[in-house]
Amino acid sequence: MPEIRVTPLGAGQDVGRSCILVSIAGKNVMLDCGMHMGFSDDRRFPDFSYITRSGRLTDFLDCVIISHFHLDHCGALPYFSEMVGYDGPIYMTQPTQAICPILLEDYRKIAVDKKGEANFFTSQMIKDCMKKVVAVHLHQTVQVDDELEIKAYYAGHVLGAAMFQIKVGSESVVYTGDYNMTPDRHLGAAWIDKCRPNLLITESTYATTIRDSKRCRERDFLKKVHETVERGGKVLIPVFALGRAQELCILLETFWERMDLKAPIYFSTGLTEKANHYYKLFIPWTNQKIRKTFVQRNMFEFKHIKAFDRAFADSPGPMVVFATPGMLHAGQSLQIFRKWAGNEKNMVIMPGYCVQGTVGHKILSGQRKLEMEGRQVLEVKMQVEYMSFSAHADAKGIMQLVGQAEPENVLLVHGEAKKMEFLKQKIEQEFRVSCYMPANGETVTLPTSPSIPVGISLGLLKREMAQGLLPDAKKPRLLHGTLIMKDSNLRLVSSEQALKELGLAEHQLRFTCRVHLHDTRKEQEAAARVYSHLKSVLKDHCVQHLPDGSVTVESILIQAAAHSEDPGTKVLLVSWTYQDEELGSYLTSLLKKGLPQAS
Amino acid sequence: MYCLSGHPTLPCNVLKFKSTTIMLDCGLDMTSTLNFLPLPLVQSPRLSNLPGWSLKDGNAFLDKELKECSGHVFVDSVPEFCLPETELIDLSTVDVILISNYHCMMALPYITEHTGFTGTVYATEPTVQIGRLLMEELVNFIERVPKAQSASLWKNKDIQRLLPSPLKDAVEVSTWRRCYTMQEVNSALSKIQLVGYSQKIELFGAVQVTPLSSGYALGSSNWIIQSHYEKVSYVSGSSLLTTHPQPMDQASLKNSDVLILTGLTQIPTANPDGMVGEFCSNLALTVRNGGNVLVPCYPSGVIYDLLECLYQYIDSAGLSSIPFYFISPVANSSLEFSQIFAEWLCHNKQTKVYLPEPPFPHAELIQTNKLKHYPSIHGDFSNDFRQPCVVFTGHPSLRFGDVVHFMELWGKSSLNTVIFTEPDFSYLEALAPYQPLAMKCIYCPIDTRLNFIQVSKLLKEVQPLHVVCPEQYAQPPPAQSHRMDLMIDCQPPAMSYRRAEVLALPFKRRYEKIEIMPELADSLVPMEIKPGVSLATVSAVLHTKDNKHVLQPPPRPAQPTGGKKRKRASDDIPDCKVLKPLLSGSIPVEQFVQTLEKHGFSDIKVEDTAKGHIVLLQEAETLIQIEEDSTHIICDNDEMLRVRLRDLVLKFLQKF
Repeated sequence: MPEIRVTPLGAGQDVGRSCILVSIAGKNVMLDCGMHMGFSDDRRFPDFSYITRSGRLTDFLDCVIISHFHLDHCGALPYFSEMVGYDGPIYMTQPTQAICPILLEDYRKIAVDKKGEANFFTSQMIKDCMKKVVAVHLHQTVQVDDELEIKAYYAGHVLGAAMFQIKVGSESVVYTGDYNMTPDRHLGAAWIDKCRPNLLITESTYATTIRDSKRCRERDFLKKVHETVERGGKVLIPVFALGRAQELCILLETFWERMDLKAPIYFSTGLTEKANHYYKLFIPWTNQKIRKTFVQRNMFEFKHIKAFDRAFADSPGPMVVFATPGMLHAGQSLQIFRKWAGNEKNMVIMPGYCVQGTVGHKILSGQRKLEMEGRQVLEVKMQVEYMSFSAHADAKGIMQLVGQAEPENVLLVHGEAKKMEFLKQKIEQEFRVSCYMPANGETVTLPTSPSIPVGISLGLLKREMAQGLLPDAKKPRLLHGTLIMKDSNLRLVSSEQALKELGLAEHQLRFTCRVHLHDTRKEQEAAARVYSHLKSVLKDHCVQHLPDGSVTVESILIQAAAHSEDPGTKVLLVSWTYQDEELGSYLTSLLKKGLPQAS
Repeated sequence: MYCLSGHPTLPCNVLKFKSTTIMLDCGLDMTSTLNFLPLPLVQSPRLSNLPGWSLKDGNAFLDKELKECSGHVFVDSVPEFCLPETELIDLSTVDVILISNYHCMMALPYITEHTGFTGTVYATEPTVQIGRLLMEELVNFIERVPKAQSASLWKNKDIQRLLPSPLKDAVEVSTWRRCYTMQEVNSALSKIQLVGYSQKIELFGAVQVTPLSSGYALGSSNWIIQSHYEKVSYVSGSSLLTTHPQPMDQASLKNSDVLILTGLTQIPTANPDGMVGEFCSNLALTVRNGGNVLVPCYPSGVIYDLLECLYQYIDSAGLSSIPFYFISPVANSSLEFSQIFAEWLCHNKQTKVYLPEPPFPHAELIQTNKLKHYPSIHGDFSNDFRQPCVVFTGHPSLRFGDVVHFMELWGKSSLNTVIFTEPDFSYLEALAPYQPLAMKCIYCPIDTRLNFIQVSKLLKEVQPLHVVCPEQYAQPPPAQSHRMDLMIDCQPPAMSYRRAEVLALPFKRRYEKIEIMPELADSLVPMEIKPGVSLATVSAVLHTKDNKHVLQPPPRPAQPTGGKKRKRASDDIPDCKVLKPLLSGSIPVEQFVQTLEKHGFSDIKVEDTAKGHIVLLQEAETLIQIEEDSTHIICDNDEMLRVRLRDLVLKFLQKF
């Protein structure tokens, strides 16, 4: 029995280190290869020994697909390909391909240079890894091999984020990666056609949240920033260099312009300008409004936002700083946070999801005394605000996508178990499909029953179609033909053609029945009576009286002859072939009952 | 296939394939505008004082419409375009239009807005965006010089006969139309659905169409139109040269039943690389001598390559102080758009984006102020204008656009040069209304589309069963009738078409895809007839929905509904449409007789006949004729007996 098997190596009932193995029709595909922000030991990468136990990665995997450039989706890639060893193709969209190595390099620097980790992947490994990448365009059907094809759909979320359809024959799986069903200030909404996959693997970060309108959240955000700045406080917004940062920059930029505010806005790290440059070059991946107006004004050329210098953190007066990384787990954002945390005038706004174990997660869950390195305790007096700007679909959005794609089964990843449970029930109730939520290392097996494509001869098909275009539910008609199986080629042809092709002669089986009829009149008259009788009974059939005196019903021939001995009896010879067996048999029994008396 | 355009590089064909009607390209033949007088941006005394034309007998009733210039006659009117044929086929029945590149969509508003078209148009994003720019420019050029006069008298067939060539020979003048409006353009473009290379698009479940990179322009594509058993490749405007677009995808064109080949190079004898070299050296020469250079061009396409060449060339040629002007209402948009379509560019340019750097070096030319762009000669341009300079501007026909102004301005000085790079218009005809002209004219047509050598290589490579092409490609060009190398050479010879012709494509459709449900597949019993060949008879219910066919297992026979209800006679009449299998094989008489005996028939007599045997069952007055390919049972009306005999015979035969 053919089946689809799915095993999450990461992101199973968890957010972080997304990595999902899918086996479909004998093909093995790895979806994403991420790292976990909450760990800095072995657990930060997916456990590839699950595969390597039984052989090399390259032999096992047909391809790897990366959905977008966030590190929890691609952070383990150089480790996977260069240190564990994988030489097959890695597919991602072009913006992902452009931005991914920069974030990987950033990540490497923090891990190696700042934290002094040994045995981490090197810059060269990132480069070598990226050489294995094949760029995919939206909606392009990429033939990985003769049977396996993949297709990318727009996912919103971040620049270049894509959902992927993986298809072998008539079986298919759709993996959403992270997606957003509502357009934002710089990206469009995710979209997929009614592709009816056997399985939809969807993220479920916000499985239980239904967010209020974006506009309200934006207004709230601006209000809070504005108030803090007005009272002379500093606002720290930890972000990832690419994605949310650009959306919030556009938001603040337009607000500053409208309100004519003077407080400086800074963007930390040298990435800013470069990052914005990517957005300028990948305009077709942004939302419609930006695409339409970019010639007049490129939204990613900011007037009010300047590059941040470390020294600015200590300067007096209000300011707004975007700093990386987004979860306050390391780097510049954490440094600034430590400097500003003690002042209640200041504010930190967390615009996205924070993984367990990060400083971001701790302060969001209300912790105000943080234990830092060297047993130092940091007291957080600044205001802590959470604004869900992260571009994940909320519960409504997830349901919407399930409705769009019409899958036969749904599998949840990239979310918390408890919340998944809730969404799982909701999906099962609303769509009447099975929903799964495996933990890491746990395998879900779905039996599939692919139909078998064969070639039908046009003659046979047309003959069938001509006989009845509308299928009649009560009286289904049978199509009869012969399936010729030669090598792996399957063809369905009419039986006549099959015989001819195989050089076999048809064997005709014919029956002729003598039916005795009591009738004193002449043969011709007997035949005429038979004709009128049959004509009245068999209304749906073609009954003909031929000039030579014989009667035909469809292709059945009836002739009347005199009885050799009894002049009062006529013999009806009813002759038919095996193909008319039913009708022939019926006719003889009908005629045996005799003819109605002529009135 | 219905052929609606006679222009080989601006095709418009309608393909009826299976149950779909597909229009392939929507080219607009603009060579018709060459018959018109130029539209000057600034009042031109020379043009307005041209003498009216009169017939040989001195009759001057046409002198308002027709003007004479240096022995040529021009129509003094709003220029008009030659549309694709609209009468050959009801265009409201067209389901989809496939666009191959931005030059081949210029007639789109005429088709989508005025024929009752309700379908969808498919094109790539660069094609749509740049196509929009070309249309916008065209509309702008024509609309900003309102011309009161719209000549129509000359179109009268009886009058047209009397006119000098080429007006006399112009085809279908009655169908020529004025330019569309921006509103029509927007409405037409809103019917376009964007597609990506190698995207498989299902049409009504019957046909799949796929655009492939054609290497000619940004987003240019060839199309594959296929069902499960037939494949048509539509090749239109392809290039194997390495310029800025993504290279041509040839491999996917393999195994075509029919390959429709249009849009080959219009200048098969010129080598584009050589022409670029000549372009640069002539440009440098003129400028060094203090002259100005005018390059009539489209706002997108080859101009990107020319700017890139100049970028590398100007410093070494000592031209760094010479201003380059690009004047078009869409100049800015065109330059900006070119930088954001990285995915559609060649590999070299794609990798630039990763740095991240703009893929085209004209960004740097603009930054360093070497290249300046303006929407028109009015406004800022007149303040910045310095001579000598190089001006890129449209329209290449020299009949409208800012180029008309520069022709009038610079035409009288032999220091200046006009360099023709666009191959769409004959440069001599383009120049005709400006004669006499002192300015130098250089003809460097750059047409990167396939030449005949490349075509024959391509055809060898992809091996289509049949080739279909415009008639111009099936014979050498009329001016060079001895050049047998300037035509398509393939076996079997290419089928050629001309405007307003209907062509039957040589298809032998034999098979269609059908799916067998797994339950049904499980129930099939294959038997091996020959080594490697197995047969299984299939009886199943055919379901057809959205042009997809599925075979499902037959329903279980309905349980007889008891004998309570009195049956009507007609209930018993069997449905003759229930097919019995065909039989094959032959019956060995001796074994058959033995079997009969085993089943209790005793008085069996066998007679030999010429072709076989007759088996007689004397008591039952039954006769069984057995021959190689037939068996005939003749008996009394004893159904029991007949059925027994039937089943015994069937045992010896194979069913199909």
